[in-house]
Amino acid sequence: MSSGFSAGELQEHIPRLRRYARALTASREAADDLTQETLEHAWRKRALWQPSGSLRAWLFTLMHRRFLNGIRRLPHTDSLEGDEPATAAAPSLVGGAEGRVVLAELQHALQALPAEQRAVVLLVGLEQFSYAETAQVLDVPIGTVMSRLSRGRERLRQLLDRGSDVAAPPALKRVK
Amino acid sequence: MNEQRLHAYVDDALPAAERADAEAWLATDADARARAQSYRAQNAALHELFDPVLAETHAIGLVETQRLASRLRMGFALAAMLVLGIAIGVVAGTTWRTEVARGAPLARQATLAYAAYQPEVRHPVEVTAAEEQHLVAWLSKRLTAPLKVPVLASAGYRLLGGRLLPATAPGDSSPVAQLMYENAQGKRLTLLVKRDSANTDTAFRFLKEGNTQVFYWIDKPFGYALAGDLSREELQPLAQLVYRQINP
Repeated sequence: MSSGFSAGELQEHIPRLRRYARALTASREAADDLTQETLEHAWRKRALWQPSGSLRAWLFTLMHRRFLNGIRRLPHTDSLEGDEPATAAAPSLVGGAEGRVVLAELQHALQALPAEQRAVVLLVGLEQFSYAETAQVLDVPIGTVMSRLSRGRERLRQLLDRGSDVAAPPALKRVK
Repeated sequence: MNEQRLHAYVDDALPAAERADAEAWLATDADARARAQSYRAQNAALHELFDPVLAETHAIGLVETQRLASRLRMGFALAAMLVLGIAIGVVAGTTWRTEVARGAPLARQATLAYAAYQPEVRHPVEVTAAEEQHLVAWLSKRLTAPLKVPVLASAGYRLLGGRLLPATAPGDSSPVAQLMYENAQGKRLTLLVKRDSANTDTAFRFLKEGNTQVFYWIDKPFGYALAGDLSREELQPLAQLVYRQINP
């Protein structure tokens, strides 16, 4: 018994890995493939996991690396034919029709972000990793996390503002 | 207020004392306030958009088959596919990506068919185990390949019999065989078997639908789906038993 976690413990992480993968890839099929591959990879490499660290963060690290490899291998992953939109079933929304439009736009805006910014915005905003954990997952310094977060969120804000209100004045440029 | 504190405020990562400072500061800076509001709305919308994924049924899972040879074969097969995928690019990539989902329709049908026939007291099967020879001959003919009926007596389950179900999708002409087993407590299991035209085997996959758990896999020339109202830990050894019976 060399591994510090069981198959059952590993599989408890599937729903959140799937959620992150879905948001990252905007495709149910690609996301589920990514999750399945991450799971199998983690199980094969379980001896490498350090029990001192968080299993969840380690799994997200593995997933992120696979995701990046996938992008390098298939530059147009996002537009492969046969991919369905990430939210095939419209989520029920408090905001009614208007809210749905905003969500659809967010989905688009998210995919328009560079992958590295999208990952940070999702790990922090959706998966609620701390900045330090996010830095660990992505294997970058925390300062890089903060600057990607900052740029990603501001970019999303501009994309959303532009999408929802064409007549709005251009958003203020952020001064460093 | 610096950029980092603005985000830490948005993400509720500030200690209480600093939080009050940040709020006081935001009250005086309309631009920062607008940004903080927008970023918080982004976080909320991300949850709105993607939290439904958490509750979806999916076919992702992991099971050790405990057969080193088969695992090695699988590893070679996957490695070969990967190389092929890189070599011929996006087209092969698509094939590779659909590999994981293969067998899933059979698993879904297994949950439906289990729900339909498992509670049957008088007609759980079309042909009973008393006519096993006839059952095997009939189903093999309809599946167009010789069907092996696993014996699960060592796990306490006896064969009740079987029936034929329609194909898993419109336009699919290959029917599905359902074998039903029962233990002394009246717990039932069903094994769905369907001809699978693809020529690669897959690892065990797992699907849960309500109380029904399904292990499914492809082992040429058939796809299999074993369903039961059992915990995953109870069902897994049974799936392995079925697998070993078919691959002695």
